[in-house]
Amino acid sequence: MRFVSLFLNNRLTITPETLVNDSSLKTVPFSELPPLNPTFQYDEKLQQILYGKQLLFDELPFTVDQIQLHYENGYVKYSPGICKTSNGYLCSRCGNEKSRLFAMFSCFRCKNDNCVYCRNCIMMGRVSECTPLISWSGPEVRWPDENNLFWNGELSIGQQLASQKFADNIGSDGELLIWAVCGAGKTEVLFKGIEKALNLGLHVCIATPRTDVVLELAPRLKAVFPNTKVASYYGGSEERETPAQLVISTMHQLYRFKQAFNIMIVDEVDAFPYSYDKTLQHAVSHAVTPKHFLLYLSATPSRTMKKATQKGTLQCGKIPKRFHGFPLPVPKMVWGGEWKKRLERGKLPAPFLKWLKAQVESGRRAMIFVSSVSVLEKLTELIRKEVDVSVDSVHAEDPFRKEKVIQFRNQDTQLLVTTTILERGVTVPYLDVAVFGADHDVFTESALVQIAGRAGRSKDDHNGKVLLFHYGKSLSMIQALNHIKSMNKEAGL
Amino acid sequence: MSYCLYCHELYSEAWSWEALIGLKQSPLLCQDCERKLVRIKGEICRICGRDFSVFPEQYRQNNCCFDCIRWEYDEEWTGVLKQNRSLYVYNDYMKEMIAKLKYRGDAEIVKAFYPVLSSEFKKISRDAILVPIPLSEERHYERGFNQAELLAVGMKKPVEHLLKRKTHEEKQSKKTREERLSQKENPFEVIDSVKVKDQKVILVDDVYTTGSTLRYAAKVLIEAGAIEISSITLAR
Repeated sequence: MRFVSLFLNNRLTITPETLVNDSSLKTVPFSELPPLNPTFQYDEKLQQILYGKQLLFDELPFTVDQIQLHYENGYVKYSPGICKTSNGYLCSRCGNEKSRLFAMFSCFRCKNDNCVYCRNCIMMGRVSECTPLISWSGPEVRWPDENNLFWNGELSIGQQLASQKFADNIGSDGELLIWAVCGAGKTEVLFKGIEKALNLGLHVCIATPRTDVVLELAPRLKAVFPNTKVASYYGGSEERETPAQLVISTMHQLYRFKQAFNIMIVDEVDAFPYSYDKTLQHAVSHAVTPKHFLLYLSATPSRTMKKATQKGTLQCGKIPKRFHGFPLPVPKMVWGGEWKKRLERGKLPAPFLKWLKAQVESGRRAMIFVSSVSVLEKLTELIRKEVDVSVDSVHAEDPFRKEKVIQFRNQDTQLLVTTTILERGVTVPYLDVAVFGADHDVFTESALVQIAGRAGRSKDDHNGKVLLFHYGKSLSMIQALNHIKSMNKEAGL
Repeated sequence: MSYCLYCHELYSEAWSWEALIGLKQSPLLCQDCERKLVRIKGEICRICGRDFSVFPEQYRQNNCCFDCIRWEYDEEWTGVLKQNRSLYVYNDYMKEMIAKLKYRGDAEIVKAFYPVLSSEFKKISRDAILVPIPLSEERHYERGFNQAELLAVGMKKPVEHLLKRKTHEEKQSKKTREERLSQKENPFEVIDSVKVKDQKVILVDDVYTTGSTLRYAAKVLIEAGAIEISSITLAR
């Protein structure tokens, strides 16, 4: 479809050509680009915002005629948001092809009664058949020449090896997995490679499944790369308009980029939703340049990935030891009886109650993981009846999730009951961990390894306890235990 | 198995004889989403249809809430809006759904309410025409659709576009109650007064907040000769 720009109520808008009979209006064709006019004075701010991205008109702080002018001079390209395929539709932004995630509506913009739009990436603004995606086709952004690393911490031997492996690969294309136990200090492992890439003028991205990690990583990276342009991207971020050579982004925000990054670092590659969601994988492949280097980080790589490393198709750097040099706490399995039934009767299993009282007595903080929100509510209520310390609970849709985690970190809460949403990323010193009903299906091997990895994170308290209360050991529990033991063995501990 | 229209999670429908023999339409939302929505039933305000079970006792007089008493007390507004009926309590979940519908533009969400809307319409009046609250041309372009119109279409009765907004103004949701109530000029005008004359009208909108939008719309319709104005909104 072609678009024309016209004035509607004193505002310039873009609308499909078919609706307008006025032949004097200029057409805006998709996928056709006028030749680049070298004498055109392009807007540097537009270049910096749009470079390496694919955005909607509504997302750009420029008027349509400013953008159109850049198009006419060959600096901006329009492409269709939704394409028809042989068996349905394809969203050019998020790669969605599932027909149930497309819908139609009677569109006031294009006056089509059946304008198809994508429901998969609707949270970033609607992409419909009449929506052009805008990208930059002018000159590349020039980054600062000097991007030196300001960090004088020390790396453990495992970290050093992995760090070197990553740095050696910068400049070539390919893939590398860094398999590092929880608490190995993987962020520091990235520093050297990132420095090398930045000084080569490469565009680097760290993508992670969770906003919490973006918020934690961004200030650390800004501090160690003070001369580099760094920006964080997440829902609600205010840095999305700042041009940046080093981008820290949630997976979802990657949809906004197009052929932008030479180096893509995918954090927690096994974590939901990346391992599930095909469209997010599309987002990664969409956001990198044709020649690129992919670095995967994981404490619990998937079976497919492990196999690939064994076969030698995927390079792997393993860090089996935590940065403080002490072994990973090995979980202890505790018989918890028919915990589900006990809960329904309003009682706590005796071994759990015993642990709970001892925990409160010790004054140490604990996270108690449960399998579902309904268990969460019942258990929290029962715990509150039994003990006299501050108890809180948190789950994915909790509106105060962020505040509650902060309170727990600040030691205002002693016991935090949580679903698996806090299995990753949350690092609190002086912590013990319990899993209530560890035999439940949601506690997979990787979930349990991650949960156990919450304990013993600091040098001064490397011996945190991990207890799995169960009603019959599950295969995942045994696998998790073996996983942790073998990592400790590999580390020579 | 089907996918929830709102959260896209896979769910299995509750088994029932009615569903099996096709008497009952299969639900479009999963049980989790359905549970978070609160239908308004039981005791309500006679005029605005507010749910008294979630409303403090001291702000009501018999079967009418203080807000409506305030409206009715003002001669200018007495009886302008006969009654409003809303389907759901405007709780956090409903807010989230309406925000996704309106501000993100996920028009499909409206279909989740179609079954309930058509049954509610029957209760209010049979011989009335449906008039959705219009958006300004500019807002309509920005959004791509009018959510009130989509809701009206779901009632499976003839919909008439008899109203128009005069000028583009600031979003109602960005104004305070005082600002909304103090505006002097009526933002609406009637497009075709011939069709309005001696008609019963049901206005359709997404949310009843202070009731001023609906009352301004009702007022121009009455001035154009309509005999009785009621309204239906998705949330209250």
